[in-house]
Amino acid sequence: MSSQDIPEENLPAEQGAAHGAAGHGGTAVVQRVDEDPFHDPGLPAHKPRIQDIDERAAKRSERTVALLFTLSMAATVAFIACFVVFPVDKLVYIWPFGRVSALNFSLGWTLGAALFFIGAGAVHWARTLMSDVEVADDRHPIAASPEVKAKVLADLAAGNEESGFGRRKLVRNTMFGALALVPLTGVVLLRDLGPLPERKLRETLWDKGKQLINMNTHEPLRPEDITVGSLVFAMPEGLKHDDHDFQIQIGKAALMIVRIQPEDIKDKRELEWSHDGIVAFSKICTHVGCPISLYEQQTHHVLCPCHQSTFDLSDGARVIFGPAGHPLPQLRIGVNAEGNLEALGDFDEPVGASFWERG
Amino acid sequence: MSTATDTKRAERNAPAGERVADWADGRLGIYTLAKANMRKIFPDHWSFMLGEICLYSFIIIILTGVYLTLFFTPSMNEIVYHGPYVPLQGVRMSEAFASTMEISFEVRGGLLIRQIHHWAALIFIAAMMVHMMRVFFTGAFRKPREVNWLFGFLLLVLGMFTGFTGYSLPDDLLSGTGVRFTQGAILSVPIVGTYISMFLFGGEFPGHDFVGRFYSIHILLLPGIMLALLVGHLILVVYHKHTQYAGPGRTEKNVVGMPLLPVYMAKAGGFFFLVFGIITVVAAIATLNPIWSIGPYRVDQVSTGAQPDWYMGFAEGLIRVMPGWEINAWGHTLALGVFIPLLIFPLVLGAIAVYPFIESWVTGDKREHHILDRPRNAPTRTGFGVAWLTAYFIMLIGGGNDIVATHFNLSINAITWFVRIFFFAGPVLAFIITKRICLGLQRRDREKVLHGRESGIIKRLPHGEFIEVHEPLSQGDLFTLTSHEQYEPIEVGPTVDENGVERKVSLVKKTQAKLSQGFYGEGNQIPKPTAEEYKEITSGHGHH
Repeated sequence: MSSQDIPEENLPAEQGAAHGAAGHGGTAVVQRVDEDPFHDPGLPAHKPRIQDIDERAAKRSERTVALLFTLSMAATVAFIACFVVFPVDKLVYIWPFGRVSALNFSLGWTLGAALFFIGAGAVHWARTLMSDVEVADDRHPIAASPEVKAKVLADLAAGNEESGFGRRKLVRNTMFGALALVPLTGVVLLRDLGPLPERKLRETLWDKGKQLINMNTHEPLRPEDITVGSLVFAMPEGLKHDDHDFQIQIGKAALMIVRIQPEDIKDKRELEWSHDGIVAFSKICTHVGCPISLYEQQTHHVLCPCHQSTFDLSDGARVIFGPAGHPLPQLRIGVNAEGNLEALGDFDEPVGASFWERG
Repeated sequence: MSTATDTKRAERNAPAGERVADWADGRLGIYTLAKANMRKIFPDHWSFMLGEICLYSFIIIILTGVYLTLFFTPSMNEIVYHGPYVPLQGVRMSEAFASTMEISFEVRGGLLIRQIHHWAALIFIAAMMVHMMRVFFTGAFRKPREVNWLFGFLLLVLGMFTGFTGYSLPDDLLSGTGVRFTQGAILSVPIVGTYISMFLFGGEFPGHDFVGRFYSIHILLLPGIMLALLVGHLILVVYHKHTQYAGPGRTEKNVVGMPLLPVYMAKAGGFFFLVFGIITVVAAIATLNPIWSIGPYRVDQVSTGAQPDWYMGFAEGLIRVMPGWEINAWGHTLALGVFIPLLIFPLVLGAIAVYPFIESWVTGDKREHHILDRPRNAPTRTGFGVAWLTAYFIMLIGGGNDIVATHFNLSINAITWFVRIFFFAGPVLAFIITKRICLGLQRRDREKVLHGRESGIIKRLPHGEFIEVHEPLSQGDLFTLTSHEQYEPIEVGPTVDENGVERKVSLVKKTQAKLSQGFYGEGNQIPKPTAEEYKEITSGHGHH
């Protein structure tokens, strides 16, 4: 490094050199007092505490420490008593905490006290009764002396010589090769952590003819169920809450449906894909995949509560604020022979967060 | 010969404790170990206790964590809840959530231990940050402690991820939302994002694997690494001997304080119980993460005001305030709006990891440093530190922009724009202001050394002038206020030698000189008083 060649005189003087060797009244200090007004006077004399000079004060401290330790013992006993006495489901009102679990509250205070008083006792003991005379200990440089370093280097050289590590390059290099390759087995073993992405993130359960099922009633949705200003969540027909992959599927297929006066819909394609002003958008935010839940009925804005991306449902779910990068995918819907809302196909783009292969 | 039999007899008559110690010494060499360490000197200062809080909260986390594993079921199998908590009866949930409910409502003391575990985790990471601030602002990271700084930094980063994997385990609606965010962020990684996501979650999100996988990461992998780093960290603290603040009798060659046995055994050992006791009481009266009111995770449900644990708030802020940039080209999508925050996060953290190496390069100083700096005496370093903290806390506001908006009746859009601007402007302002404050404090120290302390006594001189009497400082104070080192800035030197031949100066060297000027050049530190200045003033001629 280039900093190696900085001349020593550019570095500030070592403290010891600048102010005289600090000692405990050593002769070196005395000699330099006249020259250096800022010299190190050395460790200040010990100031005795009241306990050091008054045996009665020391006794008082002793009793305080013992009292603290005794309080801890009492708290431990109280802890066990509370554990036995309070049923786990008993609630009590305690001001200002409100209704709390009697067991949890009492266990916490008693355990806290049992621990705290041990600490308080030990610290009080140390502060009032143990010696507080400051002592100085020498430091030694961390780096080894040149002799030690020379010895180590010689040992290394001997090891190198005796093993032929440096001389027999073929052995050394093949060993490096083997050691470099063998961790690959560990990497390969991780392969079955999961499947390849394939088209999994591009497809949802929605398909042509699948009815929109109300998330709450589990009944097929009819156009007349959806009034202007309301927000309805739907899932695809056939998906059941106790399906093994329910969470995975609803994580892609979750749908939010609103009705907007057709003349208020600004986006031409949105109007085309709607039914009588009823529009269905993916509920999964295009930012990082939170479900969007906050709907402002007058403006038709929806807001994702996680990171505040805001979409305008009357304008193709365009992003109007926040970190999302593209609009919410729209599901093309219509009405089937029974008068129920149905999908006219899957989403035409992947739902949720963007990814490299999304395109 | 008689002495040998005497020794033998003495050994036989030794107290039981000594005999056990002798046994152990013959096998472990404990006397040699104790000789070096039992009366080891530690300096005393309140700021040295911050690291202890980290250590003790980590121990508390391990103790309570082991207890929690006895009852927790790390499984995503779905069951229907039939436990004592009425509002959730009949609700589908994972076994992980159900067992957390059981710990909270059926295991006696389970809720308390769960709360202590979570509280201790929050305090652990907060304490690590404050401890790092102490180390940073006093320059304790300088040689020979750079490696220990890195150990500490790794502990902070690993602590954050251990915390994250931990609070995701109950599989509640809030933590699940956080995991979903993580998965969305992973997806934004170019080329490999979808693959990492599939491998991490065992397929599509949420799948049935992540709780089990996070569990082994949370209770084994990360804490194992952290424990090793922690042991290394402590061994190095003992090996290097603790730093100390400047003061009379304290030099680079000694360490002044009190011995481990008995003072620090009592103080530090007692402090463990104080920390444990206080965390326990806090856990009993302030409930964190009430999963029973949050409910089990459903990938299509969310609650408002969703916040991660505080230490992830910085990352949350980055992701919230970043504009939604997205590039679509050649059939691929680059979600910069998510990927850039994902890159900034490690860069900002990494900046504090590399700082010691940058500073030692700028100073060119290769010596050991055991006397701590006062922050004012290293204005540029202090300025950098405060600038970093400013960026961090502004992003923390960004991470809680919804909470700030609802609590202070502000526009969330305005807060977001404030954070966007002040993430860049704030640190610059903070740097300038901090540096000026430091220089002002240096001037005050200089004043105090040269003219003494203001006594508050006003004296009227015979000719009518009023002066305030200044009392000279004690020798100890004079030494303390002048003992700090001041570096000379590195000069590039003349670019043309005496013969007029151009001398090549490498770019690295020029940068080093430039930075050195910025750190220690004119106006970047106040020259400390010299002995001559002091003598001139105190000899009576230099009346103020």
